[in-house]
Amino acid sequence: MSVHELEAQFQRKIDAEVKIEPRDWMPEAYRKTNIRQISQHAHSEIVGMLPEGNWITRAPSLKRKAILLAKVQDEAGHGLYLYSAAETLGAARETMIDDLNSGKAKYSSIFNYPTLTWADMGAIGWLVDGAAILNQVMLCRTSYGPYARANVRICKEESFHQRQGFESLLVLSKGSAEQKAMCQDAIDRWWWPSLMMFGPKDSESTNNDQSIHWKIKRKTNDELRQQFVDMIAEQVKLLGMTLPDQHLKWNAERQHFDFGEINWEEFWNVVKGNGPCNKQRLAARNKAHDEGAWVRAAAVAYAEKSNERSQNNHNSWAAA
Amino acid sequence: MNIEIRRYFYGDIPGDEAGGNSAAPKNAPNEKAWPLWEIFIRSKQGLDHKHAGSLHAADARMAIENARDVYTRRMEGVSIWAVESKNIHASNPDDAAAFYEPAQDKIYRHPTFYDLPEELKHM
Repeated sequence: MSVHELEAQFQRKIDAEVKIEPRDWMPEAYRKTNIRQISQHAHSEIVGMLPEGNWITRAPSLKRKAILLAKVQDEAGHGLYLYSAAETLGAARETMIDDLNSGKAKYSSIFNYPTLTWADMGAIGWLVDGAAILNQVMLCRTSYGPYARANVRICKEESFHQRQGFESLLVLSKGSAEQKAMCQDAIDRWWWPSLMMFGPKDSESTNNDQSIHWKIKRKTNDELRQQFVDMIAEQVKLLGMTLPDQHLKWNAERQHFDFGEINWEEFWNVVKGNGPCNKQRLAARNKAHDEGAWVRAAAVAYAEKSNERSQNNHNSWAAA
Repeated sequence: MNIEIRRYFYGDIPGDEAGGNSAAPKNAPNEKAWPLWEIFIRSKQGLDHKHAGSLHAADARMAIENARDVYTRRMEGVSIWAVESKNIHASNPDDAAAFYEPAQDKIYRHPTFYDLPEELKHM
């Protein structure tokens, strides 16, 4: 079959909602796009542990500490589901990790913002995980089978993240004047970066939308962002807090909330590595990787030795 | 066919900045990689083990312990199998049409093939 015919057959499968599996024929660009997207998603989960890890030792109660630990452990798990999904496409784990640690591969920019107060844990759960969930719910229906399955697993666990975040803010919102102020301050700082998580405006893209055509993505950045704004604009009322956007208001004609313009200059700056914590995050990842090197080596040596030993035992049995 | 790929992937990261596009596995410098294992989980007694995903581990024991942490944090399993991925043999999807063809024209293997009177009960 010619490549052209294979491509036509591939697109027919996509159009008919048949999932693509690892050993199926796929266009090279589809493979690459998926590797890039899935590994970036994995890196985002792994780096995403850092801003929250910052508060584990300072959580205000044992209950909150246990919850935060469980959540951060989930993020590690999500990273692992995703790395193994990317590996089914032929990407080597070590290459992906090296690309993250060298700064070649990117991760979601939101994790380059600092977590200044305890209320940030609530705001991250509610806003950042809330935004991630919208993306991941969409990705449960992505065309590449292993990626779709990884997202199903992730979404099952994410909803606890978002709920615990909102609940934690709810407690603060009913607390002392200082706690209320801390809650509002966290929302004010995380709102705009959360909106940036959905990426550049659709109109900024002059390329035809191959990712949508291949059903890797099933909604555009602007569609997801609008969905998020509509959701959060209502939820924030239950907290008795406000979102830091004077242009936010219900538009009865569109049946959606209108909202103000994102600071795109800030967005591109953080993407390019000049956010408040880019260097710190990469340094932390590299430190963990380097300091773990002897553990990885020791585990390999131990496995080899036990293997040899069992071979020898086997041989001596055979000889007797 | 020359395809323009839209360059935003996980939401906010433009493609030309994104890196990580090396599809071909490279050898990691001076470090031996842990092998890949496929993990199968029995969610409760009485059900089959089902493929859950894969992970890296130095040996079988570590594979099972890691599988517990990665795939059963919420009581998703009561038993774990770990098989080194290199030991899995798979049918070739390209041959699927021919490979499963013998089953295609044997509709008499299905109970609905048989027309029986309405009055016939318990069958």
